[in-house]
Amino acid sequence: MATPIVLAPPVSEDLRQALACVRVSPEDFDLGAEVAALRAGDAQVGAVVSFVGTVREWSPDPAAVMTLEHYPGMTERSLAELIVQARQRFDVRGVRVVHRVGPLAVTDQIVLVAVSSAHRQQAFDCAAFLMDWLKTQAPFWKKEAAQGESRWVEARDSDGQAAARWQAGSEAGSTAGGRP
Amino acid sequence: MSLTIRYFAAVRERLGAQESVSLADTPARTVGELHHWLLGRSPEHARALDPERGLRTACNQALCDADQALEDGDEVAFFPPVTGG
Repeated sequence: MATPIVLAPPVSEDLRQALACVRVSPEDFDLGAEVAALRAGDAQVGAVVSFVGTVREWSPDPAAVMTLEHYPGMTERSLAELIVQARQRFDVRGVRVVHRVGPLAVTDQIVLVAVSSAHRQQAFDCAAFLMDWLKTQAPFWKKEAAQGESRWVEARDSDGQAAARWQAGSEAGSTAGGRP
Repeated sequence: MSLTIRYFAAVRERLGAQESVSLADTPARTVGELHHWLLGRSPEHARALDPERGLRTACNQALCDADQALEDGDEVAFFPPVTGG
């Protein structure tokens, strides 16, 4: 499995704890097992929201491959920092972020964000916040290869807009939470 | 000691994964100045690090701006906008 990641200092205790909620590796993941682990032994959990991103078909080539590159160390740190921010912002119990790297085929799983909370709105909002920021902040890059050609995927403006809705002063994405 | 400069994605394909630059060999003292200095290293650097490409920069594994000050031993990275998720 993943080798231990040594982060550049400073590493706060919050960040250290958040790092334990992050996995970046070529390995596939099991949504059911991840959610079960997130809920295990926590009787205060009343809601679990999970998001799974998968490789969508973009070419008729059956051998099409999407390869994910990342920045070992910085990737884990940036995901952990997002979790620290999310925990300050939303009233949630458990958080899990898993992101795969390396070559992936069409329909493969890429990313999992799972959040548990007492009530559903905080879990929905926290999961959306994490995904929106992951897409614009975490150092991953996708390269598509099909029919003998390859190209780096371009960043999309819509992803930046999705992240911007969570910025301070904008309540568009933050439907006042805490309601059951 | 020196700066470790790391490249990712399309930038890495042109320049390799990393190179080392001694602060004694460059007048650059910020990430932006280092970027400008690297552009003059070779035509390949000029292409790969073209400011028109909207490159992102990180210092010691945290995203940073051009005015980030450099210190001996820093790890500076240049890469395209991220596309994970």
